[in-house]
Amino acid sequence: MSGRHTITVTVNGRAYTREVAPRLLLADFLREELGLTGTHVGCEHGICGACTVLIDGDSARSCLTLAVQCDGAEVGTIEGLGRVADLGRLQQAFREHHALQCGFCTAGMLITVTDLLAKYPLASEADIREGLSGNLCRCTGYENIVRAVQDLVAAREADPA
Amino acid sequence: MKPPPFDYARPESLEEALDLLARHGDEAKLLAGGQSLMAMLNFRLLAPAILVDINRLDRLAGIEEGDGRLSIGALTRHHALETSDLVAERLPVLHAAMGHVAHLAIRNRGTVGGSLAHADPAAELPAMMCLLDATLRVAGPAGTREISVHDFFTGALETALGDDEILLGIDLPSLPPGTAWGFEEFSRRAGDFALAGVAVLVEPTGAVRLALLGVDETPVRARAAEAELARGALSDAAVGQAVEALRAEISPLDDLHAGADYRRHLAGVLTTRALAAARARLA
Ligand SMILES: Cc1cc2nc3c(=O)[nH]c(=O)nc-3n(C[C@H](O)[C@H](O)[C@H](O)COP(=O)(O)OP(=O)(O)OC[C@H]3O[C@@H](n4cnc5c(N)ncnc54)[C@H](O)[C@@H]3O)c2cc1C
Ligand code: FES
Ligand code: FES
Repeated sequence: MSGRHTITVTVNGRAYTREVAPRLLLADFLREELGLTGTHVGCEHGICGACTVLIDGDSARSCLTLAVQCDGAEVGTIEGLGRVADLGRLQQAFREHHALQCGFCTAGMLITVTDLLAKYPLASEADIREGLSGNLCRCTGYENIVRAVQDLVAAREADPA
Repeated sequence: MKPPPFDYARPESLEEALDLLARHGDEAKLLAGGQSLMAMLNFRLLAPAILVDINRLDRLAGIEEGDGRLSIGALTRHHALETSDLVAERLPVLHAAMGHVAHLAIRNRGTVGGSLAHADPAAELPAMMCLLDATLRVAGPAGTREISVHDFFTGALETALGDDEILLGIDLPSLPPGTAWGFEEFSRRAGDFALAGVAVLVEPTGAVRLALLGVDETPVRARAAEAELARGALSDAAVGQAVEALRAEISPLDDLHAGADYRRHLAGVLTTRALAAARARLA
């Protein structure tokens, strides 16, 4: 029970087994143990949303989750949404709408949008803004992010798959 | 920052969890959703020797209707409560309040038990429990006991729970058919902790319940204001008197988010709005 724990976590479909100290945050596990630096770390207390990842399909703060808690879990990160040469649907929408500038918030935004699209109607602009309220962006003023999400909602309606 | 070092255990049964608490006393901390505890650890406001992760205790999660009550397990996530048809149908006021709790990523993890045990005076669930006259079920080394919500919150971030106890769940008595409700809160940004919030119930008999959050060290049942409203049958004059009574009943905190005077003012405004909404639902 004390000391390090051996955990197996599936990240973006690939299983990783590592030995970790209990206090290691999931964010640092992803970035430092696995080299998946697409997940960013801002405030380390749940406020900024930069570190948001999927845990068993649900969005969650990787700064408020211990790696050891994720033994047996499926984690999804920005690296799982697409590649530079082959952008995913959400990434493409963000690109088309200039929904990012420095990109610091983008990974967390895209993961949040993935979960919002799965769980909520997002019928109005106000609903979209409320959904995004847990992710801070210091660059864009949010306008273009909202536009990108509006497009994604319309596309979801046209093609629910 | 990063959390200080600690040991970690993930018990598979309630007995095992209670045993760990009994062995480690105040050196142990229960970990539920982690949405308050992990932030406090990252700030190094706490340094427990061991975290006891209760997320494997699946039996503590779930919402059930029993005779004359709704029972909610301590490990029920905020998002499950927010999307429960049973809650939306039986306790629409609670459903409305859940829409104001944090952001989706926090609601996916945060639990009912964690919110009540953490006892943030600005949190929605503690005030909702006071409104709904909840009974809390608690397990400890000597067995289980029940605590009325009105004896549970003892101060800001303080409760009647012992270090060796685990909150199992809550029981909420059903509301009489035709009970009207209102919920209003004000926060600077959607999902932030509220500066103040108000929930009201108006029963068909004319009895009124009024609970507030963010306006004192604990959630508040505004008994004097409730009495004014019941006596005056929700007339405009009664609402005015209730707001007066309520402003005298609470002791809001001054902090960097808002001053005490502003919170006291806000409590009155929100109460008036919540009562108007309840009256509209009665009609
Ligand atoms: C950015 C952000 C915004 C938020 N906004 C809001 C908001 O608007 N409104 C709101 O109400 N909350 C808000 N929260 C807090 C959130 O609701 C927390 O999830 C909740 O307060 C704690 O629940 P938890 O399950 O995460 O508990 P944890 O963080 O795991 O635990 C909190 C405390 O409760 C104890 N505990 C947990 N479960 C039990 C149990 N079964 N028995 C005994 N003790 C137990 C723990 O030992 C710990 O002391 C916010 C949090 C964040 C990070
Ligand atoms: S780093 Fe996790 S929410 Fe800011
Ligand atoms: S693009 Fe820079 S913080 Fe959002």
